[in-house]
Parts: sequence; C-alpha cells; structure tokens
Amino acid sequence: MASLRDIKSRITSTKKTSQITKAMQMVSASKMNRAEANAKAYVPYMDKIQEVVSSIANGSTGASHPMLVSRPVKKTGYLVITSDRGLAGAYNSSILRHVHKTILERHKSNDEFVIIAIGRVGRDFFVSRNMHVELEVTGVPDQPSFADISSLAKSTVNLYLNELCDELYMYYNHYVSPIQQDVTETQVLPLADFNTSNAAMTSYEFEPNAEEILEVLLPQYAESLIYGALLDGKASEHSARMTAMKNATDNAKELIDSLSLQYNRARQAAITQEITEIVGGAAALE
Amino acid sequence: MKTIKVNVVTPDGPVYDAEVEMVSTKAKSGELGIMAGHVPTVAPLTIGAVRLKNGSNTDYVAVNGGFLEVRPDVVTILAQSAERAETIDLARAQAAKARAEQRLQNNDGSNDAKRADLALKRAINRIQIAEMR
Repeated sequence: MASLRDIKSRITSTKKTSQITKAMQMVSASKMNRAEANAKAYVPYMDKIQEVVSSIANGSTGASHPMLVSRPVKKTGYLVITSDRGLAGAYNSSILRHVHKTILERHKSNDEFVIIAIGRVGRDFFVSRNMHVELEVTGVPDQPSFADISSLAKSTVNLYLNELCDELYMYYNHYVSPIQQDVTETQVLPLADFNTSNAAMTSYEFEPNAEEILEVLLPQYAESLIYGALLDGKASEHSARMTAMKNATDNAKELIDSLSLQYNRARQAAITQEITEIVGGAAALE
Repeated sequence: MKTIKVNVVTPDGPVYDAEVEMVSTKAKSGELGIMAGHVPTVAPLTIGAVRLKNGSNTDYVAVNGGFLEVRPDVVTILAQSAERAETIDLARAQAAKARAEQRLQNNDGSNDAKRADLALKRAINRIQIAEMR
C-alpha cells in the first residue's frame, strides 16, 4: 500500500492539473462563443455571394469560366483545416484519419495529389508521411479575420487556375452544437453543381458583361467558401477543446475522490496500528 | 424622393445598412449612379469610394474591390473589405501607405510589386475618404 505521503502528493498534483484544465475549459468556452458569433456574422455575406453566383452561373447568358467546368483529373488538391495545438480531444485526429483514409483509397502514388494545410497539427501529419504539402498556414488566430487567410485562399484558387490541381476538396469539422462536430468533406472546385431550385431568380444586366463579372466573382466566391470553412472549423475547435477539458476536469475530480478515500483509510490504519502498539506495550509492562 | 435599401457586406460582417436616395460608385467600366427603380445589374467595382446620398446628408464607404448587385428594391455591395468613413483609422492608413511606398521603391518586378501597388491604392483610397468626412 502506498504511504500516506505518496497519496497526499498525488492528490495535490491531480488538484493542480484539474485547476489548469478547468481554466482551459473556461477560456475555450468564451472563445467558442465568440467563434460562433463570428461564424454567424459571416452567414449574410455567404448567402448573398452564393445567391449572385448561382443566378449568374445558371443564367441563360451562356457565360462560362474555367472554374465552372470540370476537366479530367490528374491531380487532386486537399485542403485540410486543423488546429495549431492539441488538447482538443478527437478534433484533429478524426479529420486526419478521414483524410488519410480517403487519400489511400483514391490514390496510388503521392504524385496524384497535393495537400494544402491550415494548422500545424495537419501540416506535421502530412509532412511526416512524405506527402507533398503545397501550401501551409500555421498560427491562424482564434478569431481569424479575412485578411489572415486571404493570401492562402488566393494561392489555393490560383493552384486550380494554373492547372496545378484539377479539383479541390476541403475537409473541416462542421460545428453542429457545443458537443457535436462532424467531419465534413466539400468539393470547392470546380464549382460544378449549383442549386437550381431557386427558380425565381432575377435576370440581371451585366456591366460590362457576364464573363468579366465571373472573372471577379468566382475567385472571390471560392475564397469565401474557404474562409467560411475556417470560421466553422474554429468554432468546432474551441468547442472540442472545451469538451475535452471538461472531461479532464471531471476525471481529475473522480481521481481525487478515490485518492482521498484511500488516504483516509491509510490514515485510519496507521492510527489503529499505533493504538495497538501502545496497548500492547502497556500490557507487557503489567 | 423614393429611396432604395443599401447593404454593404464583407466577410467580417455587415458594414452599412440603410435607405438612401442615390448610390454612386466607381465600377470597372466607369462611374455608376443608382437610384430606386434601377434595372437589375451586376458590376464589379474598383478600389474606391461608395457615396450614399440621402437628402443633404452623404455617407462615404471605402471599398476594396468586390462587386455591386442591384435589384428592384435593394442594392448589395459585396466586398472583401469595406470601411465607413467614420471608422477609418487615419494613422493606420497612412502607415500602410508609407509601407507600400517603401516596398514599391525597392521592388524587383516580382509579384510583390503588384501586391504593394494594390496596397498603396487601398491606403490612398482610405486616406481620401477619411478626409472627406
């Protein structure tokens, strides 16, 4: 049986760990709220741009653009959004497992795809497996602004336009609720299927013409898809971290409870033993 | 006078939302003025000012590219960044201008020069609009 002092020091150290995890839980909770608000503030922009893009792309103007047309796929781009730091439960591992599995299924050699990594964990994962990481961004702030990733988004779209990849998939954790995040796969490019159900679409005048507008609009649209996914991913990251830290705090509490019980038993045993010794000693003197 | 609703939306949230009499801005193909009842239009914008006129009162918004969508009842401007004249940080804009000029001077004709040129244009635009308020 462990000595009293051993148990005592384990209790103290567990207590300290639980204080840290508790603090991290609360920090993540407040970050999650802000991330969620950011993701919500972004919805109007996304809705608007989607509306305009689909009405132009579906318009009878016959306008076409390389980003709307699928071409034979020689190289696939995978944009993977992970976090920079761990301690977020299954947040990173579930995405990476999914992407890795998909890549192994779809491709035979490492030349058939490129990786675009947002977040250090994802970058390190692919680099250590000798996969080609074409673009990377690490150190994205907790409340990213569009400027933080606009250069990455732009270069990603350029990869497609310069035919360095022929399709682009995006992987991130979609924020459903504070306790649920789903790994999501979205095809970003080519922008193939637009929702054609909104029949009551306005027919626009194009100034100067539809082609030139698509030239400006489609890259902007693809970039905003990426930014939207990042915001969504950030909200998931914080909520995943919050849940993980809550579990850690709960586990620590349980551990402290059982250790305290052990400690009290050991203390009692020691006292009992002492009394027995005294009584035994007194009896020997008589 | 009839008014039309105007929204300026950026990825970081809505910037402007009000009823105005006239919107005038600079599209890639030239100056564009829009009043209520305009035919539905889409036009890409340049880096410049959006003037929103309501009676004797005029608001200015600095936009960084993006495009303009006109519908019978609403005008939407979607830009990757936009700032109202009141919220422009003049000191920061001037710092950005100085930085861009610096970069342009020791450029080597690469892609960077193009970026610096754009940054300079954005900074000048913001300074001009900040001075109009």
